Amino acid sequence: MNTVALEFNLGWLMAFIQMLLFVVMAPLLLGWIKRVKCHMQNRAAPSVLQPYRDLAKLLRKQTVIADRASWIFRSTPYIVFGTTVLTAAIVPLVALDLPTAAIADVIVLVGFFALARFFTALAGMDIGTAFGGMGSSREMMIGALAEPVMLMAVFTLAMSASTTNLSEAVTYTLESGLVLRSSFIFAALGLMMVAVAEAGRVPVDNPATHLELTMVHEAMILEYSGRHLALIEWAGFLKLMIYMVLISNIFFPWGIATELTAEALAIGVAAIAAKLALLGVVLVVWETVMAKMRLFRVPQFLGFAFLLSLLGMLTRVVLETGG
Amino acid sequence: MELAQLSLYDQAVLLFAAAILFTSFIMLAQARIVPMIHTFAWQGALLAVTTALVAYVTEHPHLYISAGMTFLLKALLIPWMLHRLAVRLKIHREMEILSYPSMTLLAGAALVVFSYYVAIPIVQLSALLTRNTIAISIAVVLLGMLLMIVRNKAISQVIGFMSIENGLFYSAVVSTYGMPMVVELGIAFDVLVAAILFGVFFFQMRDSIDSLDVDRLNRLKEADESVLRSPEKLP
Repeated sequence: MNTVALEFNLGWLMAFIQMLLFVVMAPLLLGWIKRVKCHMQNRAAPSVLQPYRDLAKLLRKQTVIADRASWIFRSTPYIVFGTTVLTAAIVPLVALDLPTAAIADVIVLVGFFALARFFTALAGMDIGTAFGGMGSSREMMIGALAEPVMLMAVFTLAMSASTTNLSEAVTYTLESGLVLRSSFIFAALGLMMVAVAEAGRVPVDNPATHLELTMVHEAMILEYSGRHLALIEWAGFLKLMIYMVLISNIFFPWGIATELTAEALAIGVAAIAAKLALLGVVLVVWETVMAKMRLFRVPQFLGFAFLLSLLGMLTRVVLETGG
Repeated sequence: MELAQLSLYDQAVLLFAAAILFTSFIMLAQARIVPMIHTFAWQGALLAVTTALVAYVTEHPHLYISAGMTFLLKALLIPWMLHRLAVRLKIHREMEILSYPSMTLLAGAALVVFSYYVAIPIVQLSALLTRNTIAISIAVVLLGMLLMIVRNKAISQVIGFMSIENGLFYSAVVSTYGMPMVVELGIAFDVLVAAILFGVFFFQMRDSIDSLDVDRLNRLKEADESVLRSPEKLP
């Protein structure tokens, strides 16, 4: 009885630590991506710790709020940050079979992202500036196109693993070993394209620009300052990390800890760090090669992503079922 | 039959089937001429690899010859000829205007579902390792037809036609492990001759109507002129 209780607590403790690890490591991942990108483009690179410094600076600064702002504007940073942290809690980062994994499945994850997007869009329109509304409308267009792609990719996975629970799905891929699944390849490619669109990375949106014509996410949060801006930016880092962890752990789960021993956990941490670093380099290469798209070409981009996940689903049905 | 129980080579056959289907979709979405020709070459190369894999897995050595021939003809020679034609006709930098690009892709996906539905009875009767890919081969044929239907430019239609032939060859490989050698050779040379004839035809077409847009072939020259002249005839 005692050991069962101990294991139970250990599981919750691990889940909590994993969530903290997510929150703390997200800026580091972005710092790494920025650094590699600078090296790639022959620019002087900032330290990998730069995002932490930026966040610390923003947290210290005064928060200015427009006098017309309603409670939506004030509460949105906390809602966005909160839902993103909750999403991070259900994604297996280092270890599988944690108690948080049983609470929610991947559809809830998509729902959490939608909730955060909904409130960001509302906050963008709340102040009544032109940029905010423009950014909100663009973000909702991208969101409406990206969500079906993500769900389709997830359903492809769920059909193979016969579950929508992330932890169980990862266990399934781990146990079946190296199987050449065309459906997984298509779904992974589709999910990568969605991740690029949703995290506001280069061909769809440029996180480093404040040019009126092109910005999407930045336009919505233009009125935020101080700790509110820090929370929203942090949530953005987290979102990118969640997508990258999803891609690396669902499609290349090898190395993730299946039991809660110190050795397995150490291997798990090393494996996910290596996978994220590698995926970050892939993202940087992709962003360096691609040019920023016109907004009206984004539906085409996401339409192609939808085709990829649809093909994943179709090949799953056609090729990978027994006759 | 679970996928994980198959050997890695069998899984590779299925993977390449999916890749061939994917190249068909890329051709459907591609508006530029030269990348389209390159995709067609990739489809030929993938077809050759699949044929070689099927030859290895099912121990049919004569399929190696088909694979080699496919590679030479469909991945190298015909794409090279088409590319040279495009350069000589000075259309290699042109972009075709696609009407309803996303609708076309969705129609393509619907065609895949349709061919899956059509192939179910065949799949249930068959005991071949490659039986699941029969639906894919039918889909490649239908996607080639769709490509011919939605495009206006003659050169895209020719690529569509060639990819129909790819689909037919593929279905022969996966459903009966290849046609008799004589038939295969005959078809291969037919396709080659067709490619040459199409080249001649392109030049004729450009000389007489100044365009490679086949929609213009619908219009009669005299009818157009009479429409132009008709106001003068009115009293």
